[in-house]
Amino acid sequence: MAGRTHRWTDPRIAAGAVALAAIAILIGGAFLGLLAEGASDLTGAAAAFDSYLFRIARFTLWQAALSTLLSVVPAIFVARALSRHPEFPGRQLILRLFALPLALPAIVAALGILALLGRAGFFAETLSGLFGGTWPGIYGLSGILVAHVFFNLPLATRFFLEALDTLPPDQWRLASQLGMGAGPSFRLIEWPAIRASLPGTAGLVFMLCIASFTIVLTLGGGPAATTLEVAIYQALRFDFDPARAVALTLLQVVLTGAVMVGLARLGAATAIDANLPVAPRRFGRVSPGEALANGVLVLAALLFVAGPILAIALAGAQADLTRLAADIAVRNAAATSVVLATLAAILSVMLGLSLVAARQALERQRGGKRQGWLERASGTGAGFVLVIPPIVIGAGWFVALRHSDLLFAAAPLMVVTVNAVMAMPFAIRAIRPAYDAAGERNDRLCMQLGIAGWTRLRLIDWPELRKPLLTGFAFAMALSLGDLGVIALFGSDSVQTLPYLLLARMGSYRTDDAAGIALLLAILCLTLIFLAERFGRRPA
Amino acid sequence: MTDIRERHPGGQPVRLDHAAFTYGSADMLFDADFPSSTITAVMGPSGSGKSTLLNLVAGFETPRKGRVLIGDSDVTALAPAERPVSMIFQENNLFAHLDVAKNVGLGRSPALRLTSDDRRAVADALARTGLSDKEHRLPRELSGGERQRVALARALVRDRPVLLLDEPFGSLGPALRQDMLDLLAGVQAERRMTVLFVTHQPEDARRLAQKIVFLEAGIVTAAGSTEEFFAGDGPEGFRRYVGSQS
Amino acid sequence: MRKISVLIFILLSTLGVAGAQEKLTVYTYESFTAEWGPGPQVEKAFEAECGCDLEFVAVADGVALLNRVRLEGDSTKADVVLGLDTNLTEDAKATGLFAPAGIDMAAVKVPGGWSDETFVPFDYAHFAVVYDTEKLATPPKSLKELVEGDPEQKIVIQDPRTSTPGLGLVLWVKAVYGDKAPEAWAKLKKRVLTVTPGWSEAYGLFTKGEAPMVLSYTTSPAYHMVAEGTDRYQAAAFEEGHYLQIEVAGITVNGEKNTLARRFLSFMTSPAFQDVIPETNWMFPAAQTANELNPAFGKLVSPAKTLLIEPAEVARNRKAWVDEWLAAMSR
Repeated sequence: MAGRTHRWTDPRIAAGAVALAAIAILIGGAFLGLLAEGASDLTGAAAAFDSYLFRIARFTLWQAALSTLLSVVPAIFVARALSRHPEFPGRQLILRLFALPLALPAIVAALGILALLGRAGFFAETLSGLFGGTWPGIYGLSGILVAHVFFNLPLATRFFLEALDTLPPDQWRLASQLGMGAGPSFRLIEWPAIRASLPGTAGLVFMLCIASFTIVLTLGGGPAATTLEVAIYQALRFDFDPARAVALTLLQVVLTGAVMVGLARLGAATAIDANLPVAPRRFGRVSPGEALANGVLVLAALLFVAGPILAIALAGAQADLTRLAADIAVRNAAATSVVLATLAAILSVMLGLSLVAARQALERQRGGKRQGWLERASGTGAGFVLVIPPIVIGAGWFVALRHSDLLFAAAPLMVVTVNAVMAMPFAIRAIRPAYDAAGERNDRLCMQLGIAGWTRLRLIDWPELRKPLLTGFAFAMALSLGDLGVIALFGSDSVQTLPYLLLARMGSYRTDDAAGIALLLAILCLTLIFLAERFGRRPA
Repeated sequence: MTDIRERHPGGQPVRLDHAAFTYGSADMLFDADFPSSTITAVMGPSGSGKSTLLNLVAGFETPRKGRVLIGDSDVTALAPAERPVSMIFQENNLFAHLDVAKNVGLGRSPALRLTSDDRRAVADALARTGLSDKEHRLPRELSGGERQRVALARALVRDRPVLLLDEPFGSLGPALRQDMLDLLAGVQAERRMTVLFVTHQPEDARRLAQKIVFLEAGIVTAAGSTEEFFAGDGPEGFRRYVGSQS
Repeated sequence: MRKISVLIFILLSTLGVAGAQEKLTVYTYESFTAEWGPGPQVEKAFEAECGCDLEFVAVADGVALLNRVRLEGDSTKADVVLGLDTNLTEDAKATGLFAPAGIDMAAVKVPGGWSDETFVPFDYAHFAVVYDTEKLATPPKSLKELVEGDPEQKIVIQDPRTSTPGLGLVLWVKAVYGDKAPEAWAKLKKRVLTVTPGWSEAYGLFTKGEAPMVLSYTTSPAYHMVAEGTDRYQAAAFEEGHYLQIEVAGITVNGEKNTLARRFLSFMTSPAFQDVIPETNWMFPAAQTANELNPAFGKLVSPAKTLLIEPAEVARNRKAWVDEWLAAMSR
C-alpha cells in the first residue's frame, strides 16, 4: 500500500486479523491434531479416492446445487413480495418464524416434514388419490430437496429482505413517479440489490446443503444418497482413520471453493447508495393484481415453512409438557442451552463484525487496486468454515488435548467456539450490507472529526447497526441452539443441551418426550429471537 | 469582548508539493499553493481530480510521493482528525440518528462530552447559521440547505484554519445558493480561514473566490487570480470549460 | 448460572476427592448414565458395597468409547471400559490396552456360552424386526420372507457405516445367506423405505407410522409393554434364528493396578448389578438376577437359534461386507 503507515495499526483491520487467526487456529489445530495421529498410516487417505468417492462427491454437489436453486430462486420473489408490502399482516411474526428452522435438529425437522408428506403423513391420502396407488412418501432426492428448502428458503428470504431494506427510499419514490410497474422496478431497482447479495446468500445455502448429513441419509431412501459428510463421519468413527477424514474434508472444501468461484461471477459488486435516507419509507401503489400475487406467494411460503413447524408443535403438545417442564434434567438442559447459545452468539457476532469491518477498511485502503488475500479471507473466505464438519474439529481437538488436563474444561469451550465459528457466516450476512452502507456514509466524517474506537462504536455504529447486529445475533443463537455433534468424544456431562437431551430421549424409546422437548426448543428459540429483535428496534 | 479576530486561529497557507496519487489506472500529480486566509475555487472538468485534491489535503488519501504542507508543517502522515482542517462534503455531512445540536457538538468533542463552553459555542454557531430553532431536529426533518448549514455550523465550532468544501451547494436552488454563498463569505470574513472549494459554477467562483486553481486530467494546468481567469484572455482550458458550461 | 455452579462443584470435588477415598473410573456410553439408564442405580449400589467413589465418564456410544480409549492410549484415565459390543472387541484387543479380566466367569450366562478371557458380558439381546400389529397382520416368519415379501410393506433400517444395529443386520444377512448376501440385499432393497444414520431416527420413523417394520431388538416390545402398557409393537420371530448382540466390559492395563476394577467386574456379574439392567437398558441380563424378570420379558420372542459370527472374522471382513451392502443397496 502506497505510503499507508496505518495499515496494521487500524484497529478494524487488526480485529479482523485476530478473528481470522482465531478461526485458523480452531480449524488448523484440529487438522494438525488429526494429521499427527494419522500421519503414520496414509494408505487409508490415499485409498479413499476411488470411484465410489467420485460418485458420492458428484451426488453431494448435485443435491446441493438443486437444493440451492430451489431455495434461493423462490426466496427472491418471497423477499420481494414482503418488501413491497411493509404492512403485510403478521409480517414480523412471519419473519421470526423464518428464523426457526435453523434451530431445529435435522431429525426433528425431518419428522415434521414427514408428518405432512410421509407415507403416513397428513396429505398421504390426498396424494395417493392424486397420483394413484399408495403414496410412497417423499423418500429419495425429492425428500432431501423438500427438507433443504424448508431449512434454507426462509433463511435466504430473510437475507434478501435485508438487502432490499438497504435500498434508499428515494429510489422507490423515483420508481413510483416514473410509473414503473412491478416488472421494471424489479429489473431496475430490486434485482441489482438482490444480485449483490446473491453470491453470498446462495453460497451459504449451498454450503449448508453440502454439509447435510442426517437429512440426506434419513430422507434419501438408501445409501445411493450419500454425501461426503457421511464418508467423513464414517472415516472418523467406524474406521477411525484421521488422515482420511482430513483428506475428505479438504476435498469437500476444494469442491465447495470451485463452486463458490463460479457463484461469485453471478453477483456484482454494486455501488452502495449511501445517502441519508430522506423520504419516509413509503411506496407507490402496488397494483391489485400484483398485490394478490404477492399475497399468494407469501402465503405459500408461509404454509410451506409453518406446516412442518405446526406438525412438530402438535406432536409436542401430546407429550406430558407439564412433567417435562418440571423435569430437572430438562430445566438444566434448557439453562445450559441458553447460556452456551448466548455465549456462542456473542462470540459469533464479534467475529463477524471484526471481519466485516476489516474487509471494508481494506477495500477502502486499496483504492481501485486488486483485493489482497486478507480482504478475500475476511470477505468470502470466512464462509468456508461451514463445510468443515464439526465432528472433525471436535475430534481433532480431542486428539490434540487428550493428554492434558484441559480436556475436562474443553467440552463447553468447544461447543461455544465451534458454534460461534459455524454461525459466523450468518452473522456476516446479516451485518455486512448495513455495515457497508453505514461505513460509506460515516467513515469520512468520523475520520474528519476524530471519532474513533469505542466512541465511534457507542455514538455512531451501535445506534445504526444495532438492528442488523441483533438480527445476526438471533441467527447465530438459533443455529447454536440446534447444534450437536462437536463433542462426541469429549463426553457430554457439562454440555447437556436441549437437542442433546432430545436425541438421548429419542434413543431410549422416549419419543413423546423427544417431541415435547422439540416443542420446548422451538418455543425457547422463538422467545430468544423475539427478545433479540425487540431489543434491536430503535428506541422511539 | 475584544475584537473577534483575536479569538480565532485565522488562516494558514496550504501547499501541495508534487503530491502524486494513483487511483486505479489514473495518475495524478498536484503542485499548488493556496495562500493563507483567501478563498480559492478549485475547478476543472469531471474526473480531473478536484475531489482527490481536497481529499489529499484533508487526509482521506495519502500521496504516493510528495508532501502536503499546512502552515509550516508537513501533515502528509497525519490522520484526518489531526490536521487543522474541516471539510464539508456534497452529501452525508450528518449522522442520521443524531439531532442537529449533537451533530454540531461532535465538532467540539468526538465523544460528545460537552462542557458548558462547548454548548455555548454550539448555540452561537447555530445562531450564526440561522438554525437556532432547529437544534433538536433530526437530519431527515431538515431541507437540503439546512443540512449544509448544520455542516457549516460544525465547521465553525471546530474552528480550524483551513476549510474545504466539495461542491457543498451543488444540489441547492439558486436563491438558497446565494444565501449560502453570502453566509460563507460572511463567516470567512469573520474567521479569516483559508478556504478551498470545489465548484462547477463559474458564477460561484467569481462571486466568492479571490483565486482559482484549474485542473485537467489530474494536473494543475492554470492558477491565478479570479480577475485574470475571467478577463477575456484567461487560460485556454478554462475558457473552453466555461464555454461548455453555458 | 446453575451450570457454572455445577462446573465449580465438579472441579472442587475432583480436587477434593483425591486423597479421601479410593476411586474407580469407568468409561461408558451416554444412555448408560442417563437418569433413566442403569448408571445411577449401579453407582449407588457399588459405592455402598465398596465404600469407594465410582465415577462414570460418558461418551456418545460404543464406537466413540473405543475411539476415545484408543486415542488416550497408555495415559487413559479409564480403569474399566463398559459398553463395547462383540463386534468391537477384536479391535479393542488389538490396541493392547486391555488386560485379562481375571475374574470367575461362571456366573456369566449368554446364548451360545462365553469364552473370551478379556471381556465380560453384562447384557445381551437379539436383533429383530419389530412390527406394528395395527398395520401388519401377518409379519414375516423368516428372514427369507422378509427379503422376498411384498415390497409395499416397508421396513426402516440403519446404515452399517454409522450405526451398530445397521452393522448387525449386515452380519445377520451374511450369517444366513453367506455368499448369496448381495442377491438378498438386492431383493430386500425394494422393501427398505429408507436407511437412517442411527437407531433413534429409524425407530422414530417407525413409531410415527411411516413404516410398519423397523430393525431393532427382541427386547424392544418389553419397553412398550412395561412403560406404556401396550402390546401394539411386537418382534417377529425368524426361523433362521436371530443375530446376537452382547455388550461387554473390560479392564484397561492401567485399571489392572486398581484393585477396585476387578471388584467392579465381579460386581457386574452379580445380581445387584444385573437386577438393574432389564428395565433400564432394556436388554437381557447376562447373569443371574435376584428378582424375577418383569413378566413382559417372558412374552418376548425367544430365538430358535442364535447367530453370531466370530469377532475376529467380523473384524477381518467388516469393510468388505459393508462395501458389498453398499454396492447392492446403491444400485
